[in-house]
Amino acid sequence: MSQDGVNKGRRTLLVGATAAVGAVGAGFVAVPFVKSWNPSEKAKAAGAPAKVDVSKIEPGAMLTAEWRGKPVYIARRTEEALATLPALNDRLKDPENSVKDQQPAYADNINRSRKPELIVLLGVCTHLGCAPKYFAEVKPEPFDADWKGGWFCPCHGSRFDLSGRVFNGSPASTNLVVPPYSYESENVVIIGVDEENA
Amino acid sequence: MSKLNALMGWVDDRLPVTQTYEKHMSKYYAPKNFNFWYFFGVISMLMLVNQILSGIWLTMNFTPSSEAAFASVEYIMRDVEWGWLIRYMHSTGATFFFVAVYLHMMRALLYGSYQKPRELIWIFGMLIYLLLMAEAFMGYVLPWGQMSYWGAQVIISLFGVIPFGIGDALVEWVRGDFLISGATLNRFFALHVIALPLVIVALVVMHLLALHEVGSNNPDGVDIKKHKDEQGKPLDGVPFHPYYTVHDMVGIVVFLMVFCSVMFFMPEGGGFMLEYANFEPANGLKTPEHIAPVWYFGAFYAILRAIPDKLMGVVAMGGAIAILFVLPWLDKSPVRSWRYKGWISKIFIVVFAIAFVLLTWLGTQPATDLNTLLARVSSVIYFGFFLLMPIYTKIEKTKPVPERVTGGH
Amino acid sequence: MKKLFIFLAAMVPAIAAAAGGSHIHLDEHKTDLHDTASLQRGAKVYMNYCMGCHSLEHARYNRVARDLDIPEELMMENLVFPDKKIGELMSNAMRKEDGKAWFGATPPDLTLVARVRRPDWLYTYLRSFYEDPSRPWGVNNAVFKDVGMPHVLAGLQGRQVKGTAQVAVGHDTLTGQEITEEKEGVLYLAEEGSLSAAEYDKLVFDLVNFLTYVAEPIAVERQRIGWWVLLFLAIFFVPVYMLNKEMWRDIK
Repeated sequence: MSQDGVNKGRRTLLVGATAAVGAVGAGFVAVPFVKSWNPSEKAKAAGAPAKVDVSKIEPGAMLTAEWRGKPVYIARRTEEALATLPALNDRLKDPENSVKDQQPAYADNINRSRKPELIVLLGVCTHLGCAPKYFAEVKPEPFDADWKGGWFCPCHGSRFDLSGRVFNGSPASTNLVVPPYSYESENVVIIGVDEENA
Repeated sequence: MSKLNALMGWVDDRLPVTQTYEKHMSKYYAPKNFNFWYFFGVISMLMLVNQILSGIWLTMNFTPSSEAAFASVEYIMRDVEWGWLIRYMHSTGATFFFVAVYLHMMRALLYGSYQKPRELIWIFGMLIYLLLMAEAFMGYVLPWGQMSYWGAQVIISLFGVIPFGIGDALVEWVRGDFLISGATLNRFFALHVIALPLVIVALVVMHLLALHEVGSNNPDGVDIKKHKDEQGKPLDGVPFHPYYTVHDMVGIVVFLMVFCSVMFFMPEGGGFMLEYANFEPANGLKTPEHIAPVWYFGAFYAILRAIPDKLMGVVAMGGAIAILFVLPWLDKSPVRSWRYKGWISKIFIVVFAIAFVLLTWLGTQPATDLNTLLARVSSVIYFGFFLLMPIYTKIEKTKPVPERVTGGH
Repeated sequence: MKKLFIFLAAMVPAIAAAAGGSHIHLDEHKTDLHDTASLQRGAKVYMNYCMGCHSLEHARYNRVARDLDIPEELMMENLVFPDKKIGELMSNAMRKEDGKAWFGATPPDLTLVARVRRPDWLYTYLRSFYEDPSRPWGVNNAVFKDVGMPHVLAGLQGRQVKGTAQVAVGHDTLTGQEITEEKEGVLYLAEEGSLSAAEYDKLVFDLVNFLTYVAEPIAVERQRIGWWVLLFLAIFFVPVYMLNKEMWRDIK
């Protein structure tokens, strides 16, 4: 079978055209398969913002809420407790919130919160994910003779202050995460929504 | 480019890639006179790939328990991104798989593709068909709708006709419970998702290897290997690649247009593909008014119902499938293609096809008196086509078969 | 037998008495899933009259809001019971056992009813309740014999009975006057409800429209995408066909 030059060029063109359009088609077909892996409506609904009534939290007490399957600690700190925070700086790994991923901009302060008294933290130890326990009282503890209140993780002994900042000597290296949140009203905190993603 | 050649050389020294490619694609000579009927083998393969891909993706979100199955299908339809399309690909794909397979089998009937030396290709094909029916049946049970449940109930209870207590024990063993239940669903899920697909794929490979061993038939039934050129290539043959790869692409695109028209505009198929009753969750205490199998089982179901006796009905239904296996030995004609067979064969083939289509439709309809009469007549034609074949193919006068293929491109 | 001369809004079904079984005449429901206003009205009717007994447990509120162009706050205010969140499934508070005890059969979930029964059946069913003192709730239904469901919309439709009445069968071509015939086993309104017959038919139309939407929310989108797919395949056909023709020029 002899092929002249024109034929060959035409064939290459047609093969190219078919391959190109075919590749586009294959791309279209791939889209549903790839996108079906995204979180479903069920996952998104479960991950929806959680509203919490904070009015009943006594000073010094903590409430545990849930958001995206994780525990969220909301604690009301007293004036005296807040006053102890600056003195702790030397004992902390990251007193100035230098790791920016751990908190939104509005929590980038010594209280790590929007309003000083209430703190909202993800109850997930930044070491390996256990739920740290709340030790509110200012008294010597077996894990810290000079305890000024905060959280202690029973799994591997990480310690966090009342702003969720991690102590030196802890296996964890970063402060507890502050999730996005905002005040819907004086008494209602909505976890998962701040102005940026409202 | 030489880097690529070097790489291929390295691989070929260890695995016969190029050799296999040449044997089955670029140097596999297929007759040049393939017509419309010859698209359906590759289209069947396309549908197999479709079912496997869409099926794997459905398995990612489907829950095979009697409590959650039905809801998980609706979850796929509504809450999983593009889940609805993957589901419809699978349900529409099942129907079009059978359309392709039936037309593929019809081609074999028309052109005698089952005759010597292709009997084994036919046997493998029949095994694929049988397993495909089992696969489709089990797949339909999974959504756990009313038709899933009651269809399973009816078909599994057919095993009960086996006498001497074997039947009842067998039914309970298949069900895994005293009634159709989650136990049945779960095991059908396992068989449908992995066991049968593995066997079907293996059989398809055997089917193709057996075909390539003897070479493809053609509409004239002429043996193209009888006339070769100086290099040993059949005069009436063309390399499969590139000639039939590009040719099949045309068929595939046209097929996809039909497939997508149905999938996007009428996925329920008027109740023949997604039966209306199956949008109701399975209820063991409430039998639907009208239990009908999905259309592709219609013919055998109609034959089953046509016989008034339960045991004989099952025997007839099984016989209708079994007789297909021995077709290569029933056809005593000296010619392969119906183009050169006698007028009895020609009439019988056409009438058989009509009877099969009619039986398929009848299987989905209620068994009224008229329908039952039609089913009985059609069943007689169905069996007559096969049982009388050794006689009429032997006595009829055939036309002379040409030496070279006719038509071509 | 009362013989009443009535003006039949064309919608009153002329249904033969129960002998027919599965071949009851069904009125056509001209489903229009693009009529968002109708779907919104239908959703409202459903939430007000049906949701108490019939859940839509496969559907989500936020999906309905999005598809029906209802802003989420409005959806929460008007169509969602206070204890539910916008992303939740549309279940109801009735326990299955209670429903079965009260009605003889648990009121079924209706998410998919429009795919099981089809719109024409639903449209006719909801307009075919008639008085029947022998039944527990005092009503029967010409489309669904001895149904366990009470006529929830009776206040809107009025009191429909089954009896002998004059039924419009056509028009005199000369005078234009309506021709009527006396028929037995016909449903007709003995007393009007708070809605006129035409208004009631429209309400039921909207409700069935909504039910058809909720049975397959992706229907409209599916067809839209389908056109694009067919267009792509038509375009793809061109180089494929030409390539095939070109290659086979080699073969005599």
